[in-house]
Amino acid sequence: MTYAQPNQPGALVNFASRYENFIGGEWVPPAEGRYFENLSPVNGKPFAEYPRSTAADVDRALDAAHTAFATWSKTSVAERAALLHRIADVLEENLEAFAVAESWDNGKPVRETLAADMPLAVDHFRYFASCIRAQEGTVAELDENTVAYHFHEPIGVVGQIIPWNFPLLMAAWKVAPALAAGNCVVLKPAEQTPTSITMLVEKCASFLPPGVLNVVHGFGIEAGKPLASSPRISKVAFTGETTTGRLIMQYASENLIPVTLELGGKSPNLFFADVFDQDDDFAQKALEGFGMFALNQGEVCTCPSRALIDAKIYGEFVERAVDRATAHVPGNPLDPATTVGAQASQDQLEKILAYLDIGRQEGATVRMGGERAQLEGDLAEGFYVQPTVFEGTNDMRVFQEEIFGPVVSVTSFDGYDHAIHIANDTLYGLGAGVWTRDGSVAYRAGRAIKAGRVWTNCYHLYPAHAAFGGYKQSGIGRETHRMMLDHYQQTKNLLVSYDPKPMGFF
Amino acid sequence: MGDASDQTTISGDAPGVDATDAALALIARLRDMHGPLMFHQSGGCCDGSAPMCFVEGEFKLGARDVQLGTVDGCPFWIGGDQYERWKHTRLTLDVVPGRGASFSLEIPEGVRFIIRSTLCDPADGPR
Repeated sequence: MTYAQPNQPGALVNFASRYENFIGGEWVPPAEGRYFENLSPVNGKPFAEYPRSTAADVDRALDAAHTAFATWSKTSVAERAALLHRIADVLEENLEAFAVAESWDNGKPVRETLAADMPLAVDHFRYFASCIRAQEGTVAELDENTVAYHFHEPIGVVGQIIPWNFPLLMAAWKVAPALAAGNCVVLKPAEQTPTSITMLVEKCASFLPPGVLNVVHGFGIEAGKPLASSPRISKVAFTGETTTGRLIMQYASENLIPVTLELGGKSPNLFFADVFDQDDDFAQKALEGFGMFALNQGEVCTCPSRALIDAKIYGEFVERAVDRATAHVPGNPLDPATTVGAQASQDQLEKILAYLDIGRQEGATVRMGGERAQLEGDLAEGFYVQPTVFEGTNDMRVFQEEIFGPVVSVTSFDGYDHAIHIANDTLYGLGAGVWTRDGSVAYRAGRAIKAGRVWTNCYHLYPAHAAFGGYKQSGIGRETHRMMLDHYQQTKNLLVSYDPKPMGFF
Repeated sequence: MGDASDQTTISGDAPGVDATDAALALIARLRDMHGPLMFHQSGGCCDGSAPMCFVEGEFKLGARDVQLGTVDGCPFWIGGDQYERWKHTRLTLDVVPGRGASFSLEIPEGVRFIIRSTLCDPADGPR
């Protein structure tokens, strides 16, 4: 059954006409009193207003965060873990409403928000609640009387800039470890997708200690820059693209603070000939793995947007893969049967269409799709693209740039070495996929591909407890793993002498 | 802008970038609001593969950035590695309605610069 649209009869979620910033535990209007309209990509229509914040609002949030840090940084790990569990519980108890809201705001199918975005966000909060309880410092006995203690201390007030492709899940990835480690957060959601994080703080406002988590809405140049360039943050985390990534590093260098960056990729998905040795479940699993390019309409930093297929099976594989992928046509994101929803914004749609054009100009063959998808009725103004399969060569721009749409570029390889060469012939190194029945090939390929994560006989799994992050121009740092705590902590070393006697040196 | 003297500057009869009338009109409007401008072509995730418009000097250029040309007097740059993979195409700066993210100056206006591309011969173009 298709979910009712928000604010319609029977809707699971109803939005106010206007929201404010969440600062110091209160809803605070923007200093300059300006707001922007938030559109749903499902139908292209506005549904709520959010603050168009400026430096004054960021400063106010930083004031609140610094005030809160004095006490939050001293809370017990039990207390911090309990807070993360309560956030997770709230999210889980309202999972369906969050899923519908996220789908409406981002355009992604509710099938995905119900099965992936929201349950994963819940689990990331619980995972970091566990990690912080299990974390211990270290003690080194340097000699009989001298001991080095290493304590984990929070970094301070951190700035986090969240992308729009998995709005709440990406916020959870960053907020959970930051709060677990004892930091206070000023978070700027993407201006296309301010909804779900606002819902979350709304539902958690009664128990979130004021100032520990602050949400400031607005545009990058007006609110993101004052946050990222502020000398009052001790760390900045960003997910996005390379030019803004460089700009964030540039601001961080001016303040000598650390950054974590996740900047995308052009992930290769390698299919070795033995996947078709038998026509069994595994062969179907591999074909399903090919189709993952359309997950979240391709708006995933690790979208398997280059399929590299063993020449020995190329013709048959592409035919069967395309046949299987044609089942996925864009539809109403609020229908749980829909597997491909709307692109997140109109400019994304236009950018994807520009890539469909350049792919054709470069001589790539369109095996399926290749056009905007026109839906009917009240979805006619939404931003939909047909899942598209290009065949071509790895030097084409559609093989080299992240299109961030449901578009895969397919080519063949002759042997293992050729496969690895093509896989690594990219500026990026975030994700990759390897499909084979041969464990030795899987292991060697996985180690040879220069990417932070190589899914092996699977793809697009994002569990907590498996590190995620980029090689090469895909970024700096890792997320979704205990090691993320290191990005949000600094080490305090106490070097202690228990020797009652003088050193005898001076 | 930082000292650009050591960066590659493209010259010649075939500029690597031009602009539509709509993009030129937006540039004029943004320049009235913010002063001299620059562009840097992004890559990667989310709003990647989109051109970014900044106040000139906001974005620190590196030795390996490549200037594709100018658009209405605004220098247009791209990272050196990315240039190598784009140089067989000529870029046209255009503008569309939409709410992009990133720090690009036009976003508060509810529009977004985008790049359209046409094939060219790298030998007689940007070099």
